[in-house]
Amino acid sequence: MSHVLSDVSTMTTRGLRLVSRDADAMITAVVLPVIILLMFVLVFGGALDTGTEYINYVTPGVILLAAGFGAANTAMAVERDMSGGMVDRLRSMPVSSWTVLSGHVVASLVKNLVTTAIVFGVSILLGFRPAATALEWLAAVGMILLFVGWITWLAAFVGVLVRSPDAAGGFSFFVMFLPYVSSAFVPVDTLPGWLRGFAEHQPVTPVIETVRGLLAGDVAGAGGTAPGDVAALAITWCVGLGLVFAVAAGVAFRARR
Amino acid sequence: MTAIVTAEGLGKSFGRRGSTSPPVLDGLDLELQEGAVLALLGPNGAGKTTTVRILSTLLKPDAGRATVGGFDVVRDARRVREIISLTGQQVAVDDKLSGAENLTMMGRLAHLPRRVVRDRVAELLTAFDLADAASRHVGTWSGGMRRRLDLAAGLLTRPRVMFLDEPTTGLDPRSRQALWDVVRGVVADGTSVLLTTQYLEEADRLAQRIALVDGGRIVADGTPAQLKRQVGEAGVELTLAAAADVERVAAALAGATVDGARVRVPTDGSVAHVRSVLSLVEDTGVAPEHWEVRAPSLDDVFLTLTGHAGQEHPARTTGVAA
Repeated sequence: MSHVLSDVSTMTTRGLRLVSRDADAMITAVVLPVIILLMFVLVFGGALDTGTEYINYVTPGVILLAAGFGAANTAMAVERDMSGGMVDRLRSMPVSSWTVLSGHVVASLVKNLVTTAIVFGVSILLGFRPAATALEWLAAVGMILLFVGWITWLAAFVGVLVRSPDAAGGFSFFVMFLPYVSSAFVPVDTLPGWLRGFAEHQPVTPVIETVRGLLAGDVAGAGGTAPGDVAALAITWCVGLGLVFAVAAGVAFRARR
Repeated sequence: MTAIVTAEGLGKSFGRRGSTSPPVLDGLDLELQEGAVLALLGPNGAGKTTTVRILSTLLKPDAGRATVGGFDVVRDARRVREIISLTGQQVAVDDKLSGAENLTMMGRLAHLPRRVVRDRVAELLTAFDLADAASRHVGTWSGGMRRRLDLAAGLLTRPRVMFLDEPTTGLDPRSRQALWDVVRGVVADGTSVLLTTQYLEEADRLAQRIALVDGGRIVADGTPAQLKRQVGEAGVELTLAAAADVERVAAALAGATVDGARVRVPTDGSVAHVRSVLSLVEDTGVAPEHWEVRAPSLDDVFLTLTGHAGQEHPARTTGVAA
């Protein structure tokens, strides 16, 4: 067990090197979120009435959307390991098996931290004026990382399950839609009734509301629940789903031959 | 001599319960002596890779038992992993890392002290003739270099047993030669090697013993010389146009065998003997369409020892980790 920390750090270093040298992953992590932010603020923003400056409303949503795109890269990286012989080599060594997956997950967290910083930076240049204290900033970033954590474990699970890079890439199609059908880009009460039910009860909405609330001190939507309750719900969603998919990924990893 | 790897009655099926697909391994026995090289020779689907995956703890057998260094591969898998290295069919290195980064990562995962890793990485890069390219991304390397790096990655810990699964498949002749030299060096340093191959020549060059695998079991084993004697010598092979020609030529040559339009006579390969065979053919007045001197091939080995050609087994290629 004494080797677990050193193994995870070795595999994280590897994961970060692979990501930072993969042009596709870097565009997904750095360029794409900025383009999406510009698109929402400059193109759609003028037409959307959210009761506040749209840039204040949309910034957290763009960050979560970027986390979804980034997760697709993680799924592909895990799939590459599984089918490319690296996993066989590691499993024939005295290395605990989930080390491989956790290396990708930690690398994804670091990558998303960079994405988050860039999106916030560009957003502030465009006029985003958060009223958060240092502690609220910290809490908001923590909330974002919890969200990245569960979605990355889901990606790792998908990467272990699928048998082709295309299938792993197709994962982004699914995660792309989660933030759209939430309060990330438009208030949920503008959605048709049947969609609103889904939007109000899926994990992205409470996470968005929590981050938005922390940054702006202005908690809207989510059926008028108190900010503390929304945050608790968001944390429960992320930790719960994170545990479920981490265990599922570990089990699938062991079961695959 | 003591055996460092043993397998007794290994059995493995991948079919679903109740299915009738034949087992991939069907009572396979083998023994690798300490310090020696054993080659598992056989066609795709024979069970070579499955055997290696069981011996290197990646797969549990359905039947039988196996030990490496005295440790049971199922019960003491962790101890086995400490003394082996596996180089699978696919090259397990990261294209976007440099050669040195790849090796350093494996050294860290093997829990060697930093200083030892640094020294060992430099040593292996030099020994495998990769030092010049060490700082370049492996994705820009040739297939042979990547394969050598793959082998080096398994040698940081100086394993007692090395498993090589078809190490030269897909390599050009020069890279193959270079890889053979590397394997000989590893053996000279005291590592025992179990390798699988589809090439008789490779088994011949590297191994003291060859075990022929077919249908999930060992059908023959021995030294390369013993096996070749069982298969027979080289032959002069003549391809003829008409059935009447086949009869005439076969009648003129003592010990000839006929296979369709082909007539084959064993030869020691000497100029004198080949020449005497050809003059006998010339005397019949028949002009062969084609003739050649053929050494025993893997196909001949299989034909002789199993009664069928050493081709892929169609029934066994589906659903099997090749």
